[in-house]
Parts: sequence; C-alpha cells; structure tokens
Amino acid sequence: MATTAESLERQDKLEGVGCARKRKEDPRFIQGKGNYVDDVKLPGMLFAGIVRSPHAHARIKSINKDAALALPGVHAVLTAEDLKPLSLHWMPTLAGDQQAVLADEKVCFQEQEVAVVIADDRYIAADAVELVEVEYQGLEPVVDPNKAMDPDAPVIREDLVGKDDAGQGPRSHNNHIFTWEVGDREATEQAFEAAEVTVRQHLLNPRVHPCPLETCGCVASFDKVRGELTVYMTSQAPHVVRTVVSLLSGLPESKVRIVSPDIGGGFGNKVGVYPGYVVSIVASIVLGRPVKWIESRMDNLSTTAFARDYHLDAELAADKSGRIQGLRVNVIADHGAFNAHAQPTKWPAGLFSVCTGSYDIPAAFVHVDGVYTNKAPGGVAYRCSFRVTEAVHMIERMIDLLAQKLGIDKAEIRLRNFVQPGQFPYHTSLGWEYDSGDYPTALKKVMEAVDYQALRKEQAEKKTRGELMGIGICTFTEIVGAGPSKACDILGVGMFDSAEIRVHPTGSVIARMGTITQGQGHQTTYAQIIASELGISSEDIQIEEGDTSTAPYGLGTYGSRTTPVGGAATAMAARKIRAKARKIAAHLLEVAEDDLEWDVDRFKVKGLPGQEKTMKELAWAAYNDVPEGMEMGLEAVDYYDPPNFTYPFGAYLCVVDIDRFTGETKVRRFYALDDCGTRINPMIIEGQIHGGLAEAFAVAMGQLLHYDENGNIQGNSFLDYFVPTAVETPKWETDWTVTPSPHHPIGAKGVAESPHVGGIPCFTNAVNDALWQFGIEHVDMPHTAFNVWKALHEHGLDRPD
Amino acid sequence: MAKQQVSFTLNDSPVDVLVEPRELLVHTIREQLSLTGTHIGCETTHCGACTVDLNGRSVKSCTVLTVQADGGEVLTVEGLADGGELHPLQNAFLQEHGLQCGYCTPGMLVRAYRFLQENPDPTEEEVRTGMAGNLCRCTGYQNIVKAVRSAAAALRATEGA
Repeated sequence: MATTAESLERQDKLEGVGCARKRKEDPRFIQGKGNYVDDVKLPGMLFAGIVRSPHAHARIKSINKDAALALPGVHAVLTAEDLKPLSLHWMPTLAGDQQAVLADEKVCFQEQEVAVVIADDRYIAADAVELVEVEYQGLEPVVDPNKAMDPDAPVIREDLVGKDDAGQGPRSHNNHIFTWEVGDREATEQAFEAAEVTVRQHLLNPRVHPCPLETCGCVASFDKVRGELTVYMTSQAPHVVRTVVSLLSGLPESKVRIVSPDIGGGFGNKVGVYPGYVVSIVASIVLGRPVKWIESRMDNLSTTAFARDYHLDAELAADKSGRIQGLRVNVIADHGAFNAHAQPTKWPAGLFSVCTGSYDIPAAFVHVDGVYTNKAPGGVAYRCSFRVTEAVHMIERMIDLLAQKLGIDKAEIRLRNFVQPGQFPYHTSLGWEYDSGDYPTALKKVMEAVDYQALRKEQAEKKTRGELMGIGICTFTEIVGAGPSKACDILGVGMFDSAEIRVHPTGSVIARMGTITQGQGHQTTYAQIIASELGISSEDIQIEEGDTSTAPYGLGTYGSRTTPVGGAATAMAARKIRAKARKIAAHLLEVAEDDLEWDVDRFKVKGLPGQEKTMKELAWAAYNDVPEGMEMGLEAVDYYDPPNFTYPFGAYLCVVDIDRFTGETKVRRFYALDDCGTRINPMIIEGQIHGGLAEAFAVAMGQLLHYDENGNIQGNSFLDYFVPTAVETPKWETDWTVTPSPHHPIGAKGVAESPHVGGIPCFTNAVNDALWQFGIEHVDMPHTAFNVWKALHEHGLDRPD
Repeated sequence: MAKQQVSFTLNDSPVDVLVEPRELLVHTIREQLSLTGTHIGCETTHCGACTVDLNGRSVKSCTVLTVQADGGEVLTVEGLADGGELHPLQNAFLQEHGLQCGYCTPGMLVRAYRFLQENPDPTEEEVRTGMAGNLCRCTGYQNIVKAVRSAAAALRATEGA
C-alpha cells in the first residue's frame, strides 16, 4: 500500500491497475506488422477451397470430381466418402450433437460444406470448386422454427431418427433438440393468478452474425516425420481446440500444437470448431504439406456461427404500483441444422435464466425448446455471455411494456423494482447469486446527467406537434466470467483459466495465459495487474497467449471471462510469487516474515527505515541466495476456478428522433454508465464500451440474416448485411460507478460485452418509446427505416394530420 | 493463363512482378511482395481493410487488378513511417486508442493519409464522411475520428512550422 508521496510516485511509475496505459499491441498494428492467420506462409503451402450446397435441404445423388482433378495445380478433392474411413466425416459439437464435416448423403442448409479441393493457390482452388459437379435431389426445407415441430414437418436430421436424445436431454420430435426448464412453475402460476395486472408480448431476437472484420481461417501443417501437427487458427479457445483435435485425430495431445496468432476480432464467431479447420487438417495429414483455408465474407456470414434466432413469448405479473410479482417465458430457439451452439455444455440455453435482470422478482419460470431448421448451425454468443443479450432484451422490453400499461414512468418503474444495494449477495428466483451491485445509484446518476425530466417534457411537447421522439432506458445486469467448474464445463473440461508468471533474475517478467486477445488489449492490461501485484513496471512485463505449446491450459476468451477468470488467475499467480519473495526478503534482511511490510515494489522492515529489499533485488536473490530448503527461481502458475460468476451492470439512456414520414431514426444522444467493478485500464474500458455500443446499434437498427421460404440465405454479404460506417454510428458518452466484485482477487468484473447486452435493449426501447407515444405498443428489431415506416404506415401515422 | 510483366513503385521502391491478368493487387502485394499489412475483409470493395493509395487516390486493392497498377505508384501502410519515425497518423491512432484488433487499421491509416491531403482541416462530420469507406467492428469509430483530427492538427503544425 502506497502511503507517502515518494511511494505514490513509485506506484504511478509502475503503470499498474487504474492507469490509462497506451497499448503494447499498437506499434505492430499501426505499422502493418501484425501476424494474422492469412499472413502465415509456410514452404510448400497449398490452399483449400470448399464446394458448398446451393440448396437448403437436398439429397446428394452424385459427386463427380474428374474435371476438378484434371485441372493443373489441383492436388486432391475430398468428400464425405473420403473422410469416412478416418471416421472424420462427422465431428462432435460442443453441445453434445454431431455436425457433418462434409455433407453425408444429404445437405441440411444452404452453403453447407459438400467437398473440399486442395490446390496450389487460391485462384486454382476457386477454379476447381467450380468444376466439382454435384447432383442434388431437392427436399422440402424447414425454415420457420415455429413450424419445425409440426407433426408433418420434414425430417432434417436422418442420422438422429429413432434417437430420443440429441445430446442435451429428451426430445419429442425429429426436429426437436432439447427442452430446458428452470424456475418454480407452480409459484409462478400462483403469481399470475393473483396478479392485479399482467402483460404479455411476443418478442423476436432476429438471426444475426458477429461478423468480425477478419473471417475465420487456418493453416494446418502436419510433419509426417515427427508425427506432429501444428495449426495456426483464428480461435478464441486454442487449448480446447487442441483437445478436440487430439480426440478426433487420434494424435496425442502432446503432438498437437494450436497457435492463435493475432486475431482480427472474434465476438463469438471464433469459438467453435468448423468444417474448414477439420478438412484442412485432414488434407495436410493426407498430403504431407501445409494447407491454408481462409473463409470468404459470404462463407463467414452464411456458415460459421450465427447468433440469436430466439422467439419468445414473455409475460409479467405485477401489482398496480408496478411491482413485478412473476415472470414467465417460453422460448423457441432455432439452432439450425446441427446443434452447434457454443455454450458451457450443460447449458443448452446458456445463461438465459439471468433474465430476471436487475429486478427483485419473487417467482419466475422459463421454458426453452431448441429446434432444428434447414439453416446454418449455431448459435453463438455475439459479444455477450451465453444468451444474456436475449435475456436482457426480454426483461428490459417487458418492464417497459408494463410501465406503458400502468402509465408509470419507465425510469420510475425500474427504481420500484430494483434489487436494492442492501440485498447483495442477492439470490434470484432462477438460482443465481449476484455478487454486488448498486442499481439505483447508477440510474439516478444517468437521469441527472441527461436531465431526464427535461427530456420527458420535451417529448410531451413534441408529441403535441406530431413529432416522434423516444427515450430508451436499459438498466441491465450481466452474468460473465464462466465459470465455476461445478456449474460450467466444455466437453467435460472445467471452465477455469490460467496464468503462468516467470520473473527473470534481472527483474523482468514473461507471463502466459490460457486466454487469447482479439483486440481487447490483453498484452496491455494483464501486465498492469502483475505490475500492481509485484511492483514491477508494466513496461518490463511481456505477455504471451495463444500458443498451446507454451501457454498453460485455459478455456479461452469469450463471455467476458478474461478479466473475471484469467485476470484472477494472474493476480493469484503473482501473489504466490510475492509470497515467495517475502520469504527471500526475510532471509536476506534476517527478520521474521511478520516483521515485513509490502510497499508498492519492495518489502520493508517495519519501523526500521532503510531496511528494505526491492522486488528487483529479490528477483536476483531468487537465483542465488534463497533460504535453506527453498527451491531456486521465481515463478508461479495458477489455475483459477472462480467461486462464482461476476455480475457487471449499467444504466444506459438513448434519445432518438424519428421521421414519421420516412421511418428514419436519428440517435440524438447515447449515455452509457457502466459498473465493471475495479477498472484496470480506463482508456481500454472506454474503447470497449464504444465498440460494444456500435455493435448494439448495428443489431438493433439493421442486422438480420434473413432466409426466404426456400431456405435461401439472404443478406450474406456486406452489400446487404448491416455493418455501420462512421457516418451512421452515433456518438457515445460514457460514465461509470465502481462496485467491486467481493470474490474476485482485485474486484474486477469484465466489461467488453456489457455495452452490447445493454445497448440493444436501450436502442429498441428508444424506438418503441417514440412509437408508443402514438399508440404503437411494440415492434421487433431490426429498426430499419423501412420497418419503422411500415409500423407508422399501418397506423396511419406517415400521413399529414 | 499467360502471365504479364507489371512494374510499379511500391512505397517508393520499384518492383517488377509476373502476374496472371486476373490477379488482384491485394494478392500481389501480400503474397508476391510479402507486405502483409494490407488486409482482406470482404473481397467486394465494402470494408476497406485492403485500402492502398494508387497514383494519389485511395483504392480498395481487393477489386483492382494488378495490371491496372502498371507504371503507377502504390503506397501501403508499410510506407507511411519515415525511416524510424512514425507518421503523425500512426502516432495519433496509438495515442487516441484508435484501434483494437488492428485488422482495419492499415486501411484506415492509408485512407486517412489521403483524406487529410484532400481536406487538411476536417470537421468531425467531414472525417466521418471521408472515412465512410472503411469499416471497423471494434472501436465504434469515435476514437478513430479523434485520431484523424488530432493527426490533422499535428500535420498542419508541422507544415506551418
């Protein structure tokens, strides 16, 4: 603890926790010296191209490779028939289902992988893809998830016929995947029976895609002589991938090396294992040469990792004062053709049951049915912890609808229902234990900052002039940091994470983690945690991640788990080192350990000024003068299994103006207050919030992967899929409160997904608030100008009075 | 396919390459000339990750044929720094936290380099419009806009000096 001006100065120089330190990653990126997967070039490398299905649902009658194989520069054409002898034509999904690596006798979604060609370069591969002749017999597709379980619905998954379990519990129909229920059904029914008022609404979270700017890809390189496989891969979870590859290929895990190089954004898209990775690995093993596969943008949007597609029927029961007594939700979850969602394995609907939100709701019940459709498999968490966006969107929309029904102000109804600061740790009716929070303070701070009452007054005035102005509020609670291994695993591996720290004799540090940065700035912020714990300048701390041969095993970066889990492991490993350094200091200073006190970067003998040893001196001593019986060296590893999730929260407010004649929505103001507990690097936090809000804006206002009635995917290029430019993107105002997590070693909670989770409901609430002024109760996302205009038109609002 | 000889200057150095007429400039730069700072994000001219400067104009090199660059001058992100010294734009992106994953960054920098010659003292709105051909999924643009304006000020100060 720094106490004097001198020690405070030493503390500042460390650039530790709390410092808006410039990023260590940036010098290479601004000079074009990043190393992304497509930058990897190995001697003799070949290129894979994938033949994809033009049909959503069809039987494969024949595949003719001859013309493709005859093209100079083509080395192989592989189909499911070729993978069968290796038992690699199907692969397990993280959700207990299986997915076709290459279509096995039939295709179940448009753009599904049917064959792979391996050629000298990407141009020849593209030519060869065109030359593979596939004959199909069309089958009737299932597109609407609400009709997937109709008695006469076509069977999508013939491989599962007769199986009453697709990996996540009993199923009741050929297109049914699972049923998942949580909560007290009876108590909830009673709450509804006794309710003074109820509201009910069908809500849609449309199918969208995380769409990082870099698509997925890999370079697989099998060394036949050594029997070793190296794969450079765009993976948010390289260690888990290594385990999966070992299990699939039969290679010992010690001979598989997965390297996640620089990653051009992930947002959930790069968690899964995709057919393109598997076929590249197989091709490299078969041909003995490195094989590169890089997705096109269209492949990316069409096949790897969509998100959402949640169709909800939600109900609230309340008393006349707006106090919520019960919540009941029924969900149809469209998982596409294979259940390839990326959640902790035991959680088929992820952490959706955090859907009681920031509110003290005594009774709740959730029922989710997962169904197959002839669409791309998934779904992943798009910049959110598993299904938390869907949960928060639901409760934040419903509380607005309740306010509308009762004529209560939308801020006021939240204040009446908040879990109060004195109730933490708070146990929700759906089984979670919220670690800490102060919701009323956050909302009141935002209301004051924007002068909420004045905005409502302006809105009322505008209404009299027939002008549409909306004020959206969202007071969300996230659940991140998966997770306690007693609750969360992926394929049986507990969801801990890890850090290994080595202090060199001269006092510099190398540290490696089981997580992997995709733009979040881990190389900068992990060093800050170590700097504060060890009193070593963050400039002298090197962070490495992503290479499974050097980094300790970890579950990776998604669901905002880096800071809550990896960050905790880092602090704990550093504390082990400091504990050892303390023993060395006691030895060198010839005092008892209890006589020492820690002061920023050194141990001092209490009451004896000048009797001290700096961490730098102790690092040197660790390699030549340690107490008798102590091992030399100064390093530690920590595998951190968190005791609980962390629960970041925030209060957001958005003001929109809508042109009633065109439906165009202008975001006038967006004010975001986040509480992520202890703030490690305020500059990076603010950057993450800006980015998450921009992605929330994209989802709420335009993103949609639409399928027509034949199962043709539409909007799968940047021509159609909405990725906002700097022109459309609003300006952001950020703010914060700090409520540390009581169970995290440094009190941090994670932040990067909050703005996405909280932003989407805030935008949609703003648009709906504007429409509600003129009697339109609810419209679903995305709020494109056309969709908003349609609603206005249907109500006759787009014509002069 | 018969290959063609193409010559141009890349970051002030003359280069000669032998390419198929259909080869895209971005592939020539990345694969033949091994400058991998220029990225590919969409291959349809939408995202701008592949932006380079060709004959004094910003172009998206994923939809320019290499043969079109014959006799031309090409600048990529690798050519922005002057010897060991970062270009003011590079410095501004670092100072203003104008990048996260770094994938759009080279295209952003090269576009901003040209934009600030077209408009040395842009307003915030002008920066947003001038950079609208470059997509970013990480930053929400606010810090990119800040960085471009801050670099503009630095460049004006240098020129005024």
